[in-house]
Amino acid sequence: MRLIVPLRGVIQGRGGLFVGSLIPCCLFYFLQLYLKGRRPPPSDPTELPRTSSRSNLFSRGNSIGRVRVSSRAVPVAKPPDSPYYIGLERVKTDPYDRITNTDGIIQLGLAESTLCFDLLQRWMSENLMESIMQSGDGEFDISSIAMYKPFEGLLELRVAFADFMSRIMGGKVSFDPSKMVITAGGTPAIEVLAFCLADHGNAFLIPTPYYPGFERDIKFRTGVELIPVHCRSSDNFTVTVSALEQAFNQARKRGSKVSGILFSNPSNPVGNILSRETLHDILKFAQEKNIHVIYDEIFAGSVYGEKEFVSMAEIADSGDVDKSRVHIIYALSKDLSIPGFRAGVIYSFHEDVVSAAKKLMRFSSVSVPVQRILISLLSDVRFIEEYMTAHRQRIRDKHVRFVEGLKQLGIPCAESGGGLYCWVDMSSLLTSYSEKGELELFEKLLTVAKINATPGTACFCIEPGWFRCCFTALADEDIPVIMDRIRQLAESIRS
Amino acid sequence: MTRAGIYRSRRSGTPDSETSSGGGGTAVMRVIVPLQGVVQGHGGLVLGSVIPCAFFYFLQFYLKRNRRDEPEPEPDPVIQNSASSTNNNSGSSSPTQSELNGLSRSLSRVIISPRSSGAHVSVSGRANCILKGGDSQGLRRVEEDSYDESGNPDGIIELGLAQNKLRLDVINDWVSQTSIGLSLSGIASYEPPDGLMELKMGVTRLMSEATKNVVSFDPSQLVLTSGAASAIEILSFCLADSGNAFLVPTPCSPGFDVDVKWRNGLEIIHVPCRSSDNFNISVTALDRSFSQAKKRGVRIRGVIISNPSNPMGSLLTRENLYALLDFTREKNIHIISNEIFASSVHGDEEEAEFVSIAEIADTEEHLDKERVHIVYDLSKDLSFPGLRAGAIYSFNENVLAASRKLTALSPVSSPSQHLLISAISKPEFIQTYVKTNRQRLQRIYSEFVKGLKGLGIECTRSYGGLFCWADMRGLISSYSEKGEIELWNKFLNIGKINVTPGSCCHCIEPGWFRFCISNLSEKDVPVVMNRIRKVCKSQD
Repeated sequence: MRLIVPLRGVIQGRGGLFVGSLIPCCLFYFLQLYLKGRRPPPSDPTELPRTSSRSNLFSRGNSIGRVRVSSRAVPVAKPPDSPYYIGLERVKTDPYDRITNTDGIIQLGLAESTLCFDLLQRWMSENLMESIMQSGDGEFDISSIAMYKPFEGLLELRVAFADFMSRIMGGKVSFDPSKMVITAGGTPAIEVLAFCLADHGNAFLIPTPYYPGFERDIKFRTGVELIPVHCRSSDNFTVTVSALEQAFNQARKRGSKVSGILFSNPSNPVGNILSRETLHDILKFAQEKNIHVIYDEIFAGSVYGEKEFVSMAEIADSGDVDKSRVHIIYALSKDLSIPGFRAGVIYSFHEDVVSAAKKLMRFSSVSVPVQRILISLLSDVRFIEEYMTAHRQRIRDKHVRFVEGLKQLGIPCAESGGGLYCWVDMSSLLTSYSEKGELELFEKLLTVAKINATPGTACFCIEPGWFRCCFTALADEDIPVIMDRIRQLAESIRS
Repeated sequence: MTRAGIYRSRRSGTPDSETSSGGGGTAVMRVIVPLQGVVQGHGGLVLGSVIPCAFFYFLQFYLKRNRRDEPEPEPDPVIQNSASSTNNNSGSSSPTQSELNGLSRSLSRVIISPRSSGAHVSVSGRANCILKGGDSQGLRRVEEDSYDESGNPDGIIELGLAQNKLRLDVINDWVSQTSIGLSLSGIASYEPPDGLMELKMGVTRLMSEATKNVVSFDPSQLVLTSGAASAIEILSFCLADSGNAFLVPTPCSPGFDVDVKWRNGLEIIHVPCRSSDNFNISVTALDRSFSQAKKRGVRIRGVIISNPSNPMGSLLTRENLYALLDFTREKNIHIISNEIFASSVHGDEEEAEFVSIAEIADTEEHLDKERVHIVYDLSKDLSFPGLRAGAIYSFNENVLAASRKLTALSPVSSPSQHLLISAISKPEFIQTYVKTNRQRLQRIYSEFVKGLKGLGIECTRSYGGLFCWADMRGLISSYSEKGEIELWNKFLNIGKINVTPGSCCHCIEPGWFRFCISNLSEKDVPVVMNRIRKVCKSQD
């Protein structure tokens, strides 16, 4: 019988028995030591132990270091540095009013619409209270609104929502209420989807320029990264598959895992509409890479151009594609101009996503009285038809007026077909063709011209000089005022 | 291993050739192979390389298998019910639910066969955890077959869900009178997501009313969220980083698990309290758990308490609160006080006094206040859970700033805010409301406890909240969690009542049950008692 010693093959002879046993042990010991050294210290040694020991020395009531908030809350608590939020804050301090504050700042930064308030006002005054009081069987029962209800939304509401969505998308698609989760607005919808589709540290591809709020919605809590895919004015800011491919490969090289693509269509802030072919290509790309596609179709009902809006749901339903990777976000805040209601929806073809989102709605569901109002609002087909026609017509008129005004000043806009805004090329007003020049112009617009428009940097556009101007909260008589202010600014810059 | 053994024994007869073949002395270059000492001879070169590789492969394989299996918990009723009493998303659509069970399994199978299929796109790992957790069997059963005095007298009576039906008539009057309060300009446009000032002032008044106006709350320190669940989620996000932990004395509200863990990636360390201490929180136990966690390298960032406690309904005294605050000061951690039942205190005036932690904090220096945070639930206190409005009250500027932004992710809609304003801005409404609420809770509580006593079942003395915490240790067949679940099943199937077992509240002593009595009217009490008696008999 012989002893088997690990390294006997290497170290032969008499000493082999001893050394052959010792060396592996030593190596193992050093490995352990190394690993231990590499591990981060279990708790921050500078903070807690010291203070606690100090508090033991001094009796209670002595000042201890301040208690800390979590490190992930710190960036959230910081005042925003994006010009988008800075502009919104500034308007609050000195808002323009036609009569009382004619020198105030005019708001062009917030995508809200007051175009059809008269219609909504009429409906609400006629139906609001009845809709809250009315339960299914027509008799008022307080427990129908007061008690706990399923978090994903009442079935009646989901049916009404599905019907409404297919109506605004021209009746070409039908939506299935069982794939729907009602959320408290578009913001939580995006957050929940990001949470469900990507793990902490994973990334989404997102074509630029994009909506500045995504930064907050996605990055604050879910820890998902956004990888910009740059689009250029020469393509009218339409994304190409080759650009996606390139960004995907680069991300992979850097070692970050891409779990999806996030799109808005009609795009925000440009307002262009993706063609059927582009949608097909994107879906094919996603299939090839086995990643998700999130479609933000919040402005689907605010399409005013010639170009036809195609919902991703239609593409997904049409062919031999794997639908389960397609997720759609929709909300009523823009198309129905009721942002205060905070009603949105996640529409997903992936059953797991639907059921996980249902559970997460514990944290951001729509209150039951609001659901009741929405049920009667959305199922009032005559009103909805009337409203949607008026809404589209009025945006179109306003758009023509606004763009025409800018054109006379020699300021062009990107071609757009939807949304509550236009994407204005003010590069001729820049003192230097750079991000710095753009922010200077933003500051001048805000302080001199007293207009808050969202600069392209806030939307992560790589070409300087573009601004997003929302025109749907303006009255017709405001437009000449704005044009006047811009003209004065332009003259002072150009002179 | 066996093969190596065989080779070795075959060659063991020729030790000389072995050493020479090892040939350490010769200057010829040789290849060094890990197991050459074991596997000698010609085959050694190959086998000595192959065997370690094979071992390594099997080790990896084993580790991988283990990892996949671990996070899949058995679907036992405790876990399923754990979300029940506060989480009632339940299976309103039971068919999809059953499909789901099949699905999550197949999904994990997809992960094992690594992306070769490519066709099925998977959801994130954290979403998978949520899919597995927290479905309530009890609640689903109640939805399918719920009790109705005239319509379905054999249905299941809901005693698990924390909602209050006692005051529906008061609310009814309020809602039908508010028609004037709502106009479009107020409810449709963008409003600050953390709540209108008007509403915040109303809420702080309501909170002061609950403390009998001893404390005055500052509306600027208040942030509104959509329900207490999101209030706790936002607070714990702001106070702790992923991987940190909170201490929670048990029995505790079953909802904490979901609110703190799901999206924030935090841990909860339970600090058990015992019936021998009347389930009082002891600071020594907290201290012990704190040091244990520290030893394990887990960083504790705070303590979460409920006052009035859920499920026991006991109140914390001033001394308790001082002790807790001292503890948190000593360790330099936060304290979250969950005061969602503050207006539901129903004990006698002399013996039951609700003391808000804000009162204690007010006597402290500024720096120490910063560790105190309060969670408040408007919808629960007004018995209007469908309205989903909760609040965070904090003394910490950073926490307030961060939560104000985070409420955009779980906002209260403007119509709800205006509905609430119209109710709570009238002081007389609040006063009558709180008074009626107390009286009714008191009445139903004494009825219920009397009934249980008649059956020989004792309860802990409760002064607040909507619950009755009953000691059924005498009824369980084996003194273990299994025995408790058996009894819970009997309650559901034989007695046709849905209650919350103590294990859902993480109580370490088996045999305690939580009854949510505010679901009942007085005439329901005998029915419930009869059903409990039936279960008792079947147990004998």
